[in-house]
Amino acid sequence: MRLHISHNTTYRYDTPPATVTQILRLTPRNHDGQHVVRWRVELSEDCILHEHEDAYGNLTHTFTADGPLNELVITVSGEVDTQDTHGIVRNAVERFPPQFFLRETDLTKPDAAIRDLAAELRDAGDPATLPLLHRLLARLHRDIVFDVAPTSPTTTASEAFALKRGVCQDIAHIFLSASRLLGIPARYIGGHLARSDDALQQEAGHAWIEAHVPDLGWVSFDPANGISATDAYVRVAVGLDYLGASPVRGSRIGGAGEALKVAVAVAQSRQQIQD
Amino acid sequence: MATAFDEMNIGSGGVRLPYDQLFRWLNEQPQDALDYRRREAELIFRRIGITFAVYGEAEAQERLIPFDVIPRILAAAEWQKIERGLTQRVKALNMLISDIYGAREILRAGVIPDDMVFRNPAFRPEMNGQKVPHGLYVPIAGIDLVRVDADTFYVLEDNARTPSGVSYMLENREIMLRLFPELFARHRVTPVENYPDVLLETLTSIAPHTTAGEPTVVLLTPGVYNSAYYEHSFLADKLGIELVEGRDLFVRNEVVYMRTTTGPRRVDVIYRRIDDDFLDPLAFRPDSALGVPGLMSAYQAGNVTLANAVGTGIADDKAIYSYMPAVMQFYLGEEPLLKNVPTWRCREDDHLVYVLDHLDELVVKEVHGSGGYGMLVGPTASKIAIEQFRAKLKAAPDNFIAQPTLALSTCPTCIEGGIAPRHVDLRPYVLTGRRGTRIVPGGLTRVALKEGSLVVNSSQGGGTKDTWVLDN
Repeated sequence: MRLHISHNTTYRYDTPPATVTQILRLTPRNHDGQHVVRWRVELSEDCILHEHEDAYGNLTHTFTADGPLNELVITVSGEVDTQDTHGIVRNAVERFPPQFFLRETDLTKPDAAIRDLAAELRDAGDPATLPLLHRLLARLHRDIVFDVAPTSPTTTASEAFALKRGVCQDIAHIFLSASRLLGIPARYIGGHLARSDDALQQEAGHAWIEAHVPDLGWVSFDPANGISATDAYVRVAVGLDYLGASPVRGSRIGGAGEALKVAVAVAQSRQQIQD
Repeated sequence: MATAFDEMNIGSGGVRLPYDQLFRWLNEQPQDALDYRRREAELIFRRIGITFAVYGEAEAQERLIPFDVIPRILAAAEWQKIERGLTQRVKALNMLISDIYGAREILRAGVIPDDMVFRNPAFRPEMNGQKVPHGLYVPIAGIDLVRVDADTFYVLEDNARTPSGVSYMLENREIMLRLFPELFARHRVTPVENYPDVLLETLTSIAPHTTAGEPTVVLLTPGVYNSAYYEHSFLADKLGIELVEGRDLFVRNEVVYMRTTTGPRRVDVIYRRIDDDFLDPLAFRPDSALGVPGLMSAYQAGNVTLANAVGTGIADDKAIYSYMPAVMQFYLGEEPLLKNVPTWRCREDDHLVYVLDHLDELVVKEVHGSGGYGMLVGPTASKIAIEQFRAKLKAAPDNFIAQPTLALSTCPTCIEGGIAPRHVDLRPYVLTGRRGTRIVPGGLTRVALKEGSLVVNSSQGGGTKDTWVLDN
């Protein structure tokens, strides 16, 4: 399927900052089942966008914009051809061996409750990796209520698990925490999802995870939706957690009263696929 | 534990050769003269304000590190052996770090287990596949040595992150020259005063290729609340470079600039005394206000040198340390000239069993710890302390290594009402630039002032001594 994506990030400032420096991870790369046809990253300010690859293989753009800035808009638009690979991710850019993704981070550090969950799921049936991951997927999809209110980008896996609420990022962190406890390498994925309810306008990007399964390699799991990624997903950035894959990280000199608004639209046009 | 080797006395009144003159001089001093000089030294230290903050002590936030006026003396031949060993060790450390963030050959060869690197908090994923200027990761290393007999120095710890304490090496010498000119007249002591020049030459030599003209070098400090702030300002002053905080620097188009009264000035080399975590809120801890936003992108673009490089802490890890003999064999095909202390890795089951059975004989340390915090010295610990430590060790064996309790050498030291042997270690500072490795003879001798104590860390009440390397 061909997905048309537009992703606008707008910062407004009550008191204009003198300078804004940011690093963007907004550009997808190709792998089996994902081909980027066209992609553009544009800024409302006139400044140089430096393109690099980070340590995980994500494409990054860094820039410094001079103020005074009342507003800063990052506009992303593109088209991606996708095919359903049953959640199996092959030929992605890989910079680390799977066991690297067993690392704990501040955001994914397990607490006693997550340890209990991991132990319970391990003992609840077939101990093989794939069935275990499916039990974890089903459990988190059932137990964690999608709710934008109580959490923030600094909420940890254990905090969100205690609340039993959160956004896709929080649910992904809980999954990562439990999966790594079970000895299954797992990583955070930031990207986009064409929603089945045809709601074109979304207020944020999407997040899910990939876990490493013997003989299959990296397999995606979206605990917010209880499924593996399909051809409705566009994989943009990978990291140990949200911080490593976050679409925008920035800092400013001066300024106050920053307001952030994100508008994402993912539309599909099946007729353009020739196969 | 065997009787400690004393660096001055060889028993039955005999004295080792390097201490011959000092021994005579000490005998000539009236009982109260040394005491008087000691108080004088303390007064000078207070006046120049050389202090050290001890974390977790609310009362005495800034404290004087006790200074012992009796120097520690090494013969030229002893030093030459040490120097060769340090040069070899630092070469291997640099190759190890470069490989870990590069080709990973040592992991593929199975010399170090993968998970010890990839799951190590000191491994910085951000450095993976990144080049650093001139391939030099550790321009400044502090290698902690201990001596056990006339011929054997062990490496106790590698400090490849941000070794501190060199200001004490310089201040101690300055004070000794003021207090005891007559003692220097009896010895030919190799100078250490050129350390700042050598350091500046080292830093200048590793400026990035994109530098035009004479490189600008700065020292980046976390600020006045850091325990080593005195040292930062001292060194910046001696080197004649700017002492800056994160807010004094900014990054534009992947180049680092310093704000000056005459406008922005490009910065080429940053001698940074800020931990990796705080360097750049865009790459590491987003809540850090100490760093420079965008610094890592300038670093990755090859437009600035950080000394030391990001991610060098992997070599300070005490579990990685235990592999150093194999590491040196792997990269250099050489036996280490300075030995490693035999080390049990508690992550390995058979090692753990041994350690748990011999806690009362061993020194047990946290693999990521430093500063003498969180360690157990079995022979001097109480039964309760040992049992508490046993529980900690069992709960997280991966976090610990254990070593035999070494009989660290002793040196004569001023104590209340006389002179007595006290245990010492030695931290030489190894500087490596584009034109090779240079080590100012000597280093920082730390002394455990409590009788019988083997913990020399200043945070644990240790003191320092001037270290003399004699010139033949």
